[in-house]
This record gives sequence, C-alpha cells and structure tokens, in this order.
Amino acid sequence: MNTIDHHWQRFTLKQKLSRYAVYLVLVIAFVQSIQSVEVIPEFLLDAPEQMADMFSRMWPIDFAYYPDTVHDAMVETLNIATLGTLITLIFAVPLALMNASNIVQSTWCHWISRFFLVSSRSVNSLVWALLFVSIFGPGVIAGVLAIAFRSIGFVGKLLGEAIEEVNMGSIEALKATGASWMSILLKGYWPQVLPAFFSIVLFRWDINVRESAVLGLVGAGGIGVVLDDSMNLFQWDRVAMSLLAIFVIVILAEIVVVNIRKRLI
Amino acid sequence: MAGINTNQNRDNPFKQNWFVTAIWLLVLCYVAYSFNAMGLSWERFNEGLGHASNLLGRMIPPNFSRWSLLMSGLVESLEIAIISSICGIFISLFLGLFAARNLMPNWVSTPIRTLIALCRTFHPVIIAILFVKSVGFGALAGILTLVVASVGFIAKLFAEAIEEISLKQVEAIRATGAGFTSIILFSVMPQVFSRFIGFSTYQLDSNLRNSTMVGIVGAGGLGGTLFSAFQRFDYDFVAAILIIIIALIMFGEFLSNIVRRIFR
Repeated sequence: MNTIDHHWQRFTLKQKLSRYAVYLVLVIAFVQSIQSVEVIPEFLLDAPEQMADMFSRMWPIDFAYYPDTVHDAMVETLNIATLGTLITLIFAVPLALMNASNIVQSTWCHWISRFFLVSSRSVNSLVWALLFVSIFGPGVIAGVLAIAFRSIGFVGKLLGEAIEEVNMGSIEALKATGASWMSILLKGYWPQVLPAFFSIVLFRWDINVRESAVLGLVGAGGIGVVLDDSMNLFQWDRVAMSLLAIFVIVILAEIVVVNIRKRLI
Repeated sequence: MAGINTNQNRDNPFKQNWFVTAIWLLVLCYVAYSFNAMGLSWERFNEGLGHASNLLGRMIPPNFSRWSLLMSGLVESLEIAIISSICGIFISLFLGLFAARNLMPNWVSTPIRTLIALCRTFHPVIIAILFVKSVGFGALAGILTLVVASVGFIAKLFAEAIEEISLKQVEAIRATGAGFTSIILFSVMPQVFSRFIGFSTYQLDSNLRNSTMVGIVGAGGLGGTLFSAFQRFDYDFVAAILIIIIALIMFGEFLSNIVRRIFR
C-alpha cells in the first residue's frame, strides 16, 4: 500500500530558491550601488532647506509674463504634440500591418517591422530631439519629428496587437465574395480595429503633450525653450508661470481624452 | 414561377458616415494650418536630409575608444536605476495601501491620491531640473527624480489593484480577530502580490530607460556623457553611446522577463 504525502507546499523547492535568489541579488545590487554611487551626504541633508528656498523664490507667480511669451509657446507645444502624433500614423500603420501575423505571414517581414518598432521605443524622445536638432537645426521641425519617431514603436506595437485580435469570420466572408485586398482591409479589418485605433492614438497624444513640453530643453521648440531661458536667467517667478501653464495643459489634455474616449468606446 | 428577385433596392451595408468624414476633413485642415503656422516646408526638409546623410556618415563607424568614460556613465545609470527603483517601490507599497479606498477612510485616501497624482503630472525631466537646482548636479538628483516618477506610477496602479480584490477573504481574516497588520499581510497582499511584482519589474525597466535620460539636464548617468558628446559634435562617440543604451535596455527587458517568470 502506498502512502500519500499530505504535506502541502505552495511553492516547489526550486521556485522558493529562485525567489530567494532574486531577493538576494536585489539586496546585493542595492547595497553595492549605495556604496559606490557618488552622493554627497551634505547635499542630501541640505535638500529640504534648498527646496524651500527655491519654492519661496517661485512665489508670487509672474502672471504678467503669460501673454508675452508663454501663450505662443504653449500653442506651439500643442501643435508639436498633435502634428507629431499624426505623422507617426504614416509610419506606424504600415509597420503595424507588417507586424500582424494574420495579415502578413512572412517571418522576415515580422522581424523587419519589430526591429523598427523596438529601436523607435528604446531611444528616448529627448535623444531623438537631440538627433533631429543636429539635422534640422533648432526649432519646431526637430520637435515634431522627435515626437513622431518616438511614438512609432508604441502606436505600431499596440495597433499590431489590436489587428491580431480581429474576428477572422467577417474577413473570410469578404474573401469569399472575391473582394480585393484593399477592400478587405478597409471593410473587414478597419471597422473592427477602429475603437482600438482611436483609443491608442488619443492615449499617445496625451503622453505626447507631456513629452513635447520638455523637448525645448534641447532646443526643439515649445514651452521648454521658455522654461530653459527663464531658468538660465534665474527668473524663478517666470519658471513658476511656465510650470503652471504645463500643469494646466496636461490636466486639460487628460480631461479631453477621457471625454472623447467615453463617447467613442 | 417564383424566381429569386435580385433587383431589390437594398441598403448599402457600408454607408458613408458623414460625421466621421467631417472629422477627417478637420484633421486635414489642421495639418495644413499647422504646417503653415510653424514654417515647415519641403525645402527645409530636403535640406535636412542632406545634413542627415552627413550626420550618419560621421556616426559610422561608432568610436569605442573612450570606453572607460562610457563604462563609468553606464555604471552610474545602473546604480541610479537600482536605488531609485527599490526606494520608489518600497515607498509606493505603503502609499498604495493608504490610497486604496476600500481599506482606508476617505480622509486618508484622498490626500494620498492627490500626492500620487501630483507625482505623475510632470514629466521626469522637469522634476529632474527642479531637483538639480535644489540638490545640485549629480546622481542624487537623478535618484530623487526617479523615486518620484516610480511613486506616481506604481502607487497608482497598486492602489487600483487593491481596490479590485475580493473582500470576502479580508472578512474571513478579520473574523479570526486578527490585527490590522495581519489583515494586510494575509488577506490583501496574497491577492495583489503577483500584480505588484509585475508593476515593479515594469518600473525597473522604465527607470533604466529614464536613468539614461535625466543626465541631459545634469542629474547623473550616461545622459550627461551623451549630451556633452552632442555638444562637442563627437558623433562617432554619440553612436557608441546610443548602441550601449539600446543594449542596456534590451538587457533590462531580458532581466525583467526572468524575474516575471520566477514570480508567476
């Protein structure tokens, strides 16, 4: 007669060991980093005082500065974000189609599109902006392209996944009628992908509004230029005005996106 | 004989939706307007393409001769990412618990929620600038920035995860007369722990990405090296740094995949 081992364990020994190994590695990495990173302890102790000093200089906010410079820069920032998002679509839609396994079967196509999508995402938008500033010179065009190239990976990946989730029944029905390749895309895939498409684009636009506000720090136009200038001149009340403007625009963008989303989906 | 009448006037199944068409037209108008307003023209773009080929020519081949500078920047980025992730995750563990509406009374959760939302509103670079101005150049500013960014992201998702738990287990534990800490440890945490690990590995990943960027405004790490190389027009060195950054990010993705598999 064989006995049954009633002793119950949530995890096997191997699972337990590998979990403890992760914890151990984390602790070692943390201790090692703390010891070797160059943090000056006086600066850390001093930090609250310094920050209080900075915020006291920011107050009162220089509202008179808004109509002079901040307003135009803010409109420019919004334009960079919107135009950048629209230009992204030109590149992202074909890459998404190439990346979806139910549209293109060739593995080569998948690898090529994945390469572009991953490299677009790995390079930060500020780094893209630096690259485009050295190509096109400082200004809005560098900002728009930086936003566009940064967003390709995000939009392309999510859109590709949305296309892969499409119900193939209606596609097969369309194919059976002998519809052309283009009308299968437009009448079969597009209506099913539409809600996902709009929510992805809106989501990215929301992110891009935040990102385009900092592109000016490397000379790519928008509110960041104003922020950088007034910071270099130590005009902290104007810095506070720019920060407030960014804050308001980010909140507004979020409200707009939430409302449009509710209508669409 | 009753044949099949195919000449019926059927509705077109793909009707033109005028509302949607109008929106697309508006978008088109907007694009035309903004191209004009910002002075984007084809000549400028064409001119830029010439510069681009010039730039690419100077970037290739990448120059790894100053690898010691590269490595020190890389190590600093890694250290910033590790310290800030661990501190940020630890802080957001508590903030997330306090921000959950189903565990805490309103007067606790509302202020904490506001704090978390405030952490998330500004782009990390702007927070980095503020920290650089208040605590000086260097890794400390980068660490503080990424802690704030981590709190804004993980604490929010963690609080939302806690709000979705089943309260039956909480009641069961409470019925045994357990104290508050035990309730959290034995009824709340087991339900959300795997999701918490998921958010944390994602944040480690994104802190790794951002730690290479905060250096652009002087908060330590590889970004500072990148920015000064750009300003000195050392484009072959820039290419080397970009390759290292992409390699670092891929390595980070690989690591977080392993951790996620262990904790699944």
